[in-house]
Amino acid sequence: MNAKIGYLIALVLLIVAPFVIYPVFLMKVLCFALFASAFNLILGYGGLLSFGHAAFFGGASYVTGHALKVWGLPTELGILTGAAAACVLGFLVGMIAIRRQGIYFAMITLAMAQMVFFLFITAPFTGGENGLQGIPRGTALGAIDLQDNLNMYYFVLAIFVLAYFLISRTVNSPFGQVLGAIRDNENRAKSLGYDTDKYKLLAFVLSATLAGLAGATKSVVFQLASLTDAHWHMSGEVVLMTLLGGLGTIPGPAVGAGIIVTLQNYLAKGPLGGWVPVVLGLIFIVCVLAFRRGVVGEIKAMIRKSF
Amino acid sequence: MKFVKTLSAGVSALALLASAASAEISDGKVKIGILTDMSASYSDVAGPGAVAAAEMAIEEFGGQVAGAPIELVTADHQNKADIAANTAREWGDTGQVDTFAELVTTSVAMAVFEVAKQQNKIALVSGAASSPLTNDACIPTGLHWTYNTRALAVGTGSAVVAEGGDSWFFLTADYAFGEALQKDVTAVVEKAGGKVLGSVKHPFPASDFSSFILQAQASGAKVIGLANAGADTINAIKAANEFGIVAGGQSIAGLLVFLSDIHALGLEVAQGLQMTVSFYWDMDDETRAWSKKFMEKTGKMPTGVQAGTYSAVRHYLKAIEATGSDDTDTVLAKMREMPVEDMFAHGGVLRTDGRMVHDMYLAKVKAPSESSGPWDYLKIVRTIPGEEAFGTLEESTCPTK
Repeated sequence: MNAKIGYLIALVLLIVAPFVIYPVFLMKVLCFALFASAFNLILGYGGLLSFGHAAFFGGASYVTGHALKVWGLPTELGILTGAAAACVLGFLVGMIAIRRQGIYFAMITLAMAQMVFFLFITAPFTGGENGLQGIPRGTALGAIDLQDNLNMYYFVLAIFVLAYFLISRTVNSPFGQVLGAIRDNENRAKSLGYDTDKYKLLAFVLSATLAGLAGATKSVVFQLASLTDAHWHMSGEVVLMTLLGGLGTIPGPAVGAGIIVTLQNYLAKGPLGGWVPVVLGLIFIVCVLAFRRGVVGEIKAMIRKSF
Repeated sequence: MKFVKTLSAGVSALALLASAASAEISDGKVKIGILTDMSASYSDVAGPGAVAAAEMAIEEFGGQVAGAPIELVTADHQNKADIAANTAREWGDTGQVDTFAELVTTSVAMAVFEVAKQQNKIALVSGAASSPLTNDACIPTGLHWTYNTRALAVGTGSAVVAEGGDSWFFLTADYAFGEALQKDVTAVVEKAGGKVLGSVKHPFPASDFSSFILQAQASGAKVIGLANAGADTINAIKAANEFGIVAGGQSIAGLLVFLSDIHALGLEVAQGLQMTVSFYWDMDDETRAWSKKFMEKTGKMPTGVQAGTYSAVRHYLKAIEATGSDDTDTVLAKMREMPVEDMFAHGGVLRTDGRMVHDMYLAKVKAPSESSGPWDYLKIVRTIPGEEAFGTLEESTCPTK
């Protein structure tokens, strides 16, 4: 019940927010919040540290950009095409990666993501260092002009809320329970008769697809798909967001993404401009040393203790 | 939802009031946004020096134009198109920025062009060099001030071929600028009867050029053309030096070399290098006086990009002064009407494709014995008339020219 009220308040705040805060910035936060939430699905609930999620995020943004700009698809369909591409890519990477655990899993995903990155840097349709520029925002449902930042914001918010709902349903479903069992003790889950590889693969594909959805949406918002989105830095950033916000909590990664994006945006303008990575690094160290459950995790623990 | 409507109605009413206060100058001030590379490969070429140059232009106006204060904001785009586009968009949407200036790196300039087109704001490009900016990729409000790859090709390219360098191999920065430069130089070389044996693309920015230099060495071409700029050019020339390229009979043609690069390389390494420049501090009394002031401010002599930023910002402000308005179309029309007349350009013409046509210069780097001291690096060999350097308006493939 409490959670429901909390979500309702958050939703109302998100609806009013663009009148107070610059909408494009809010959209950026939402896209990264979705990306981190998708990533949390595989790390927080599946216990698998993927170091290649930028490939899905960036890959989908390129595909969506190409679909909208060159093929001229409607915006919704373009975003879905991007997410579908991330889904296929996630299946291919997942097939290979889930056979291993721990550091080997992370390294395989990193290696695959680097291959994808190389593809993007050399393929002619991505525009190399220039990126794919001038992606049209188009209209939503054929009527609402997305060129307007406010309309675009509510469009992104709708995508975010739907995807977030899907993630929370997944986590709380029997499938999510099995996933948690595999994370805690894979051998025991196996002995109970679960085909653990199948579960892990499904979770990986779902996570990749939603990460792709986030990347696709971002490319529409900024009308630009660039190598930054597919670079391994991005894979690292999403780990940071998830850990900072709270690993294995549903709202945690979204909160972490909000904190990181806000810091990046506002620090870059201040006197600390060149020091953003250092500041983020320090925050990460403090987080790991002092509050390992992340912001949301710590708050949850505090509530549990005091009641 | 009613609350939202009332709120937005209130906000727009306020906005109307604010705009009524000063009808001609929007928001009661002229705001210039400098987007440049403050910390990476091109920060010596543009960067803090370009900001200082823009400040000098503003100081000349006493910080005020047409009764409104001039404000300058700057941001580091780190040579990344996405950062540049986001910053420009935010500046235009919420920061009341009237014009985007400098914009080194072609990918950045193109991304900002996209924003400038949507928001109908002027983009004053100085550092980005690609000729497509006033050809296929042009926008009605995008002005390309300092130079372009075609001018570099006409200057350095023809000079090298004329001296017998008729077979080329390119080391090309892997983005739009590198491609544009290679394409323009190839056209010049082939027209003069030379041939291009091959090319290799290197990532931007790159630090290790060994493998690329070895490929260039193996190609057997007489000339290794460096279709890159800034720190990449410096690193490539250093690598070529280590591998003894020049001693082995091949020569290096730096296609975009700046004064700051010569300063970094030293005359011992750079002597004899031919370069096409838009500006050199030691040309006449005017340039010397301006550059001295710049030197006092920054501790360095200006590059062409920095001098060009000054010239562009100054011309923009002059147009606002003349019209008393900062409306994009009014200012743009006035900028085209007035010749560009300052220490950077004499009788410069702003064309409808966005190109600012002015004379370019072919220079040769002095030997250490010829130089009288720091920053005395170049001798001007030839003045390239504007039309020859940039081509005619008819040749431009800009669809909105």
